[in-house]
Amino acid sequence: MKASLLLRVNGEEREVLVAVHKTLLEVLREDLQLTGTKHGCELGECGTCTVLVDGEPVLSCLALPIECQGREIKTVEGMARGSELHPLQQAFAELGAAQCGYCTPGILLTAEALLAVNAVPTRDEVRHALAGNLCRCTGYTKILDAVELAALRLKRSEPGARVGAIG
Amino acid sequence: MSKRFNIVGRSLPKIDAWAKVVGETRFADDLVLPRMAYGKLLRSPHAHARITRIDTARARARPGVHGVITGRDLPRVKFGILPVSQDEEALCVDKVRMVGDAVAAVAAVDEETAERACELIEVEYEPLRALMSIDDALAHPEVRIHEYGDGPNVHKAVALQFGDVDAAFAEADLVREDVFYFEGNTHLPMEQHAAVAQWGADGKLTLWSSTQTPHYVHRLLAKILDVPQAHIRVIAAPVGGGFGGKLDPFAHEIAACKLSQLTGRPVKIALTREEVFYVHRGRHPVLMWIKTGFRTDGAITGMHFRSWLDGGAYGSYGVASTFYTGALQTVTYKIPAYKFEGARVFTNKPPCGPKRGHGTPQPRFAMECQIDKAAEQLGLDPADMRRLNLAEPFTKTANHLTVTTIGLGECIDRVVEASGWREKRGRLPRGKGIGIACSSYLTGAGTAIYWNDMPHSGVVVRADRSGLVAVLCGATDIGQGSDSVLAYLVAEVLGIDPKDIRVHPADTDLTPVDLGSYSSRVTLMAGHAAIQAADRLRQRIFTAVAKKLEVEPARLVARDRRVFVEDDPERGVSFPEGVVLAESMFGVLAFPGSYAPPKRAGKYKGGGVGPSPCYSYSACVVEVDVDPETGEVTPTEVWIAHDIGRALNPLLVEGQVEGSVYMGLGEVLMEEQVFRKGVHKIPSLLEYKSPTTLETPEIHTILVETDDPDGPFGAKEAGQGPLLPVIPAVANAVYEAVGVRVDEIPISPDKVVRGLDLKRQGKVARIGPERLPLFTFPAPRVVESAFGEPAAGIAERPFSS
Repeated sequence: MKASLLLRVNGEEREVLVAVHKTLLEVLREDLQLTGTKHGCELGECGTCTVLVDGEPVLSCLALPIECQGREIKTVEGMARGSELHPLQQAFAELGAAQCGYCTPGILLTAEALLAVNAVPTRDEVRHALAGNLCRCTGYTKILDAVELAALRLKRSEPGARVGAIG
Repeated sequence: MSKRFNIVGRSLPKIDAWAKVVGETRFADDLVLPRMAYGKLLRSPHAHARITRIDTARARARPGVHGVITGRDLPRVKFGILPVSQDEEALCVDKVRMVGDAVAAVAAVDEETAERACELIEVEYEPLRALMSIDDALAHPEVRIHEYGDGPNVHKAVALQFGDVDAAFAEADLVREDVFYFEGNTHLPMEQHAAVAQWGADGKLTLWSSTQTPHYVHRLLAKILDVPQAHIRVIAAPVGGGFGGKLDPFAHEIAACKLSQLTGRPVKIALTREEVFYVHRGRHPVLMWIKTGFRTDGAITGMHFRSWLDGGAYGSYGVASTFYTGALQTVTYKIPAYKFEGARVFTNKPPCGPKRGHGTPQPRFAMECQIDKAAEQLGLDPADMRRLNLAEPFTKTANHLTVTTIGLGECIDRVVEASGWREKRGRLPRGKGIGIACSSYLTGAGTAIYWNDMPHSGVVVRADRSGLVAVLCGATDIGQGSDSVLAYLVAEVLGIDPKDIRVHPADTDLTPVDLGSYSSRVTLMAGHAAIQAADRLRQRIFTAVAKKLEVEPARLVARDRRVFVEDDPERGVSFPEGVVLAESMFGVLAFPGSYAPPKRAGKYKGGGVGPSPCYSYSACVVEVDVDPETGEVTPTEVWIAHDIGRALNPLLVEGQVEGSVYMGLGEVLMEEQVFRKGVHKIPSLLEYKSPTTLETPEIHTILVETDDPDGPFGAKEAGQGPLLPVIPAVANAVYEAVGVRVDEIPISPDKVVRGLDLKRQGKVARIGPERLPLFTFPAPRVVESAFGEPAAGIAERPFSS
C-alpha cells in the first residue's frame, strides 16, 4: 500500500508516494536521492544512518516517514549553508576525522545535536553522545578532537568555514 | 637555505575530505543507473551438503522478476584469488561447504521482490557431516570438504628450517615452550559490500564495486565469465572501510554481471550486514606452539614456531596466510636459527583470509607474551630485554628477508619514557597493570599474487595548457588516503598545491594497473610510481622553461606554483606557463611511472611470502584496569611509537596508527567470529562486540622517522603494523595487573575470572589451550640461515630508470 506523504527535509517541502512500510532511510536514499545518509545494519545498531528529526538524532533505519510528517528532518546534505560548511564539517575535514567517510554523516549529525544542547561539552560528554555511532577506521580520536575544535569555534563565533574553503 | 620539502611532512586535509563531510562521496550502493534492477542471492542454510535439485520456475514466474540464475548458467570453472587455490564457485552447483554459500541469484524490479523470489526457489539438499574445528577436520579424513590440498581436509602444510635450531636450544640457558590460541574475528567495515554491473549492448561489461583490488577482480571476472579481459572494465568505488574484507572476487559481483547480461539491464546487488559476516575472509583462528631458547641476558638463541590455522571452507588467501604466520618473527629481533611449521585446515565455516596484519597478529601475540614470560623467569625488564634483542639494520634474517632501516630502539625508548614505564611497572596498585610489546610489518608484499615481471603499480601524470594536472592510478582509496598521498607526492615534485591536482583512481579502462590496497603497499609502490611520472613531466617543463629563460635546466626549481631560477627567483614563469612551454616543445604531456619491488625473495619454496622493500616497526605500552569481580579489562591509556620512515602527512599517519590501536583493542578484548552448528552465533553489529567511543581510551601516538632508502621520500607503512603490538601489550598488562596469564584471544571477562579462580585455589593461573592437534608436519625444507648477512646494498629495482 502506498501513501502520499509530505516531508520537510533540509528546509524543503518534499512530496513522496511510497509504500508505507518503507523506512525513512529508504525514502531518503531511494525516493529523495539523499544518498549522503548511509546504512550500516538496518537494525538500529550502528548509528550510521542517523539523521535529525526536530533536532533529535534518530536512526532513520528504524523510523517510518509517516511518523515524520510535519517535523523537521535534517540530513548531512542540510548541514552546510550554501557553500559554507558547518563548523563540524570543516573541523572533521581539517583534522582527518573522516577516513573512509562512511560513518561520517551520522556522526556529524549526532555531534550537531549535542552541540545544540551543550555548547562546550567535555571530552567525556562527547564520548557519551557518540557512543551509539560505530566507526571502524579512526579509533575515534580525531573525531573527538574535531568535535572539540568545532565547539570551540562555534563558541568564539568564528566563521568555521569560509566560502569555497577547500584546502 | 631551501628546505627539502614543501608539501611532504605537512598535516594537510585529505583531498577527498570535503566530499566526505558533505555526503557527496558516492559509494557503490549510492550508484543508481537508469532501468537498474536489484539482485539478491539465495544462500545455503546448511554447513555441508550435496545439492540434489534446484527448481527456479516459481521464482521466474513471479511478477517483477527480470531473471534468475544458478551455477549452471555460469561457465563451470572454479576460481580463487591465489592461482594455487582455485576452489570457489560464485553459485554452487553440486555441493555447498558453508552456511551462506550462494546457490542462486535473482534480479527484480526492487530488492523486496528479489528477496521474495529467492524464497520461491526450491533447493533440495542432502546434508553431509559438517566439520567445525581443526580437530574435527583432521579426525574425519573420510569426509572431504575439497578434493585437493596437502592431505584430507589439509589445505596447506609447510615446514621450513633455517639453521640448526636444536643446537640453538642446546646452547640456551632457558628454553620455553608455550601454547597460545587466537580466536578468529572479522573486518566489520561500516559499509556492506555492494556492486553494480552493466553489460552493454556492445557486449562490454562494466562493474562498479566496493573492492580493494579492482585489478584482481578484473583478471578473475574474465576467467569466471569466460569473456576477454579487454571487454571488461572494473571501477572501484570509494570503499567504506576494507581492512582486507574486500580483497577477493565475490559471488555478488559475479552474479550481478551475469544477471545484467541476461536481463539487458544494469543490476545492483548490495549485501546485508548478516551476509557480510558470512562473506568474511577475516582473521584466521590459529593455534600456536612456540619454543624459544634464551641466554641469561635475554638474548634469543633460536626459535621453533608451529601454527595450525582454521581456514574455513575455501582457500582464499590462505596459503599466504599460512606462510605469514611464520614469516615475520625474525624481522623484529635477532633470531639466528629458526624453524617454522604451519598447516591450514578446511572446515565448514566462512573462509578466513587477510585482515589488517594478515597472518601476523596471531604469532605476534604468542611471541610477545612468551618473551614477557621469559623476562620474568630471567629477572629482566621486558622493555630492556626487547631492546637487547633488536634486529640489526641492513642485514638479512635467518629466513632470508632483507631488513633496511629499523627505528624500533627509538620506538621502545619513546614509549617507555612517555608512559612512565620505569616508575609504574611493578608499582601500580592491585588490579592495575602495564604491559609492553613490539612488532614489525611489511611495507608492501615483495611479490605479486600471480607470477609476472610487470610493474606492481603504475601511474600516469598528465598536464595540459589549461594548467590541469591529472593523476591516474589503479590504486583504491579505502579511507586510508591513497588518493591524497598521490596528490601530495605529485604536488611536491611539481611545486604546486595538492588542490591543483585531480586524482582519478581505480578504473581498469583508464588507469595503469596497481595490484590493490593490501599488504600496506600503496604509499610505497604507487608513491614511487607517482614520483617517477611527475619527475618525467617536470624534466620536460624544466627543459622548455630553461630554453625560454636561457639558463641550464639544472638551475631551475619548481615551488609555489612557479618554475624559476633557484638563485635568481625573479626569473621564472608560472606553473601553467611552464606547461604551455613544454606542451609547445614536446606535444602532449602524459608521463608514466612504474614500480616493482627489488627482487629479494629467498631462493627457497615459500620464500615469496615475507619479503618487502622495507619494514615498519612499532612499540606499544598499554595500561589496564582489571575488575577482580567481573574479570572485565579496561584499557585506560595507550602509548604507541611507530617507525614510519617518513611521515608524508603526519595527520594521516596518526589516523592510521589510532585506527590500528582501536582495532587491536577490539580484537584482544571482545571481537570473535564464532559458530554454532555452522551458523554464526552473533552476525549483527550489536552482538558482535566492537569498541565504541566509551571503550576506546586515549591513544598517544609518537612518530619515529628513519628515512628509509627504499621508501618514497623515505616513507614506510602505517596502516597495519601498529595493530600488532597492541594485542600482546594488553595481555602482558593483564598479567601485571592480576597475575593471570590468558594465553587465548580474546581476553574476555569469563577467562579472567576463571584465571583468578585458579589463582585463589593455588593453581597455575593460566587460561589457554591445553593440547595440540594430532598432526604430522612434512619433513622440513632445510635452508641455511642467512642471519646477520649484510643486505646487498640498496638493490636495483625494475623500471627505476
